[in-house]
Amino acid sequence: MEIDPFIFRLSIFILSIFIGYYVVWSVTPSLHTPLMSVTNAISSVIIVGAIIAGLAGNSDSIFNTSSTFGFLAISLAAINIFGGFLVTQRMLAMYKKKKKNK
Amino acid sequence: MITANLSAIFYLISGVLFILALRGLSSPETSRQGNFFGILGMIIAITVTFLSIGNFSTGLVVVLIFLIIGGLIGAFIAYKIPMTAMPELVAGFHSLVGLAAVFVAIAAFLNPEAFNLGSPGNIKLGSLIEMSIGAAVGAITFSGSIIAFLKLQGIMSGSPITFKGQHPLNALILISIIVLTYLLCSTQSSNLFWILLAVSFLIGFLLIIPIGGADMPVVISMLNSYSGWAAAGIGFTLENTALIITGALVGSSGAILSYIMCKGMNRSFFNVILGGFGATEQSVSAQNKEQRPVKSGNADDAAFLMKNASSVIIVPGYGMAVAQAQHALREMVDTLKKNDIKVSYAIHPVAGRMPGHMNVLLAEANVPYDEVFELEEINNDFANADVAFVIGANDVTNPVAKSDPQSPIYGMPVLDVEKCKSVLFVKRSLSPGYAGIDNDLFYKENTLMLFADAKKMTEDITKNL
Repeated sequence: MEIDPFIFRLSIFILSIFIGYYVVWSVTPSLHTPLMSVTNAISSVIIVGAIIAGLAGNSDSIFNTSSTFGFLAISLAAINIFGGFLVTQRMLAMYKKKKKNK
Repeated sequence: MITANLSAIFYLISGVLFILALRGLSSPETSRQGNFFGILGMIIAITVTFLSIGNFSTGLVVVLIFLIIGGLIGAFIAYKIPMTAMPELVAGFHSLVGLAAVFVAIAAFLNPEAFNLGSPGNIKLGSLIEMSIGAAVGAITFSGSIIAFLKLQGIMSGSPITFKGQHPLNALILISIIVLTYLLCSTQSSNLFWILLAVSFLIGFLLIIPIGGADMPVVISMLNSYSGWAAAGIGFTLENTALIITGALVGSSGAILSYIMCKGMNRSFFNVILGGFGATEQSVSAQNKEQRPVKSGNADDAAFLMKNASSVIIVPGYGMAVAQAQHALREMVDTLKKNDIKVSYAIHPVAGRMPGHMNVLLAEANVPYDEVFELEEINNDFANADVAFVIGANDVTNPVAKSDPQSPIYGMPVLDVEKCKSVLFVKRSLSPGYAGIDNDLFYKENTLMLFADAKKMTEDITKNL
């Protein structure tokens, strides 16, 4: 009997939780705020679903109900992607080490 | 148009890049590179999606327009937002992830053919379950984050809102979500789908209103976690590896942060979630408040004490963020350093309104991160320090947590500020902190209270140094 592809996805999911567990414990506490903003940005990869929905409208009606929700989701996710990565970058640029020579 | 297998490989690559993005945050040196990996992963994921659909009709133009609009708004916010508003920003961003997950689920429910999930009214059972979970968790994330945002922004009062029968009501709604999901899967009725969404929005709202302002670090971390699980749910629906990996990463990241925050307050996760903390204790302490002598001083006294010290430890808290005193503080420290006084910063895990809040503010004020220490690293140094300068922190310094088993904060790890030779405590008044209990530190022999606005007091001390 063939294995349901769902099982493979479930395996990826479970293993990723473990990866996440170990990776996040190694994050230094002083960077917990950038951690939150960057996780925000990357979870907006949900935009791929929004793009699929947005492009699914046929040429007669680009704006059917489904694709309209797709378009809105694209904008929401894009705010997060740009906002999340840029604000993380802005924060990380501020973390400086002590200057050795005065 | 590229094959499904090839795009799956690219999604895997972007998932790995996201792992590296989080890995980079293990130290400030590697963090910027990590952020770059994250951006790269996102670019790959989006490009591959366009290529795999291969539909470059007018729809593409509309997609790009929406993408650019969102991108411009996001970039604008990222550059304009002050660092003190970071907790609100993160809460706001969480709500957007939640809402995006809901919208994608709606789109998939209305047009399942586009996602190869079957046809309307006849969606594959597995996909429908995944979709419902993604949509429900997304909706909870959205409305919960909106409440968190309003509380942090001060539009809504930070005090817990509780009412009779709150917990039974929430339990009832949670059960109804499960029942609705089951019915939705057996009937495929779109009405049930909308009801499920509405009920999920409602429970997100109800879950966060009883939680008080200072518990926000836990709430934000928890919503961070939810947004990840929502993304993972949608990832299963779309059979997209990048989304599943990312959802799992973000979900566990938020869960770990919640755990760290709860531990920092010595409270169980359920205790925080059930809410209402602070409301009851406040009334108790108000009744048996006794007048005890307090020593108070001015900027001149504080400057004198610090000038004669050889080492100073600074304990910042949420009050510093409110008063925007971080720059003034750094200037004061610069002056101290010129007088060859050793200065370090001590940060409690739950100081501020989100994990790492104080660190970001100090970094903004150009404080080098190797002068900033976590509780475990610095707690032994207080005994050898001459002056502890507490600015905007309160409960996290309360020695009662170590001595009085009756106290609501008993067992919470606190900074051993009272072991310093002298303590300078900048505060507006003697009012108790968030936990609603008096801070014993105010009445200690070696404590000097500085009643003033944190920023103004710090500036005045600098002048007197």
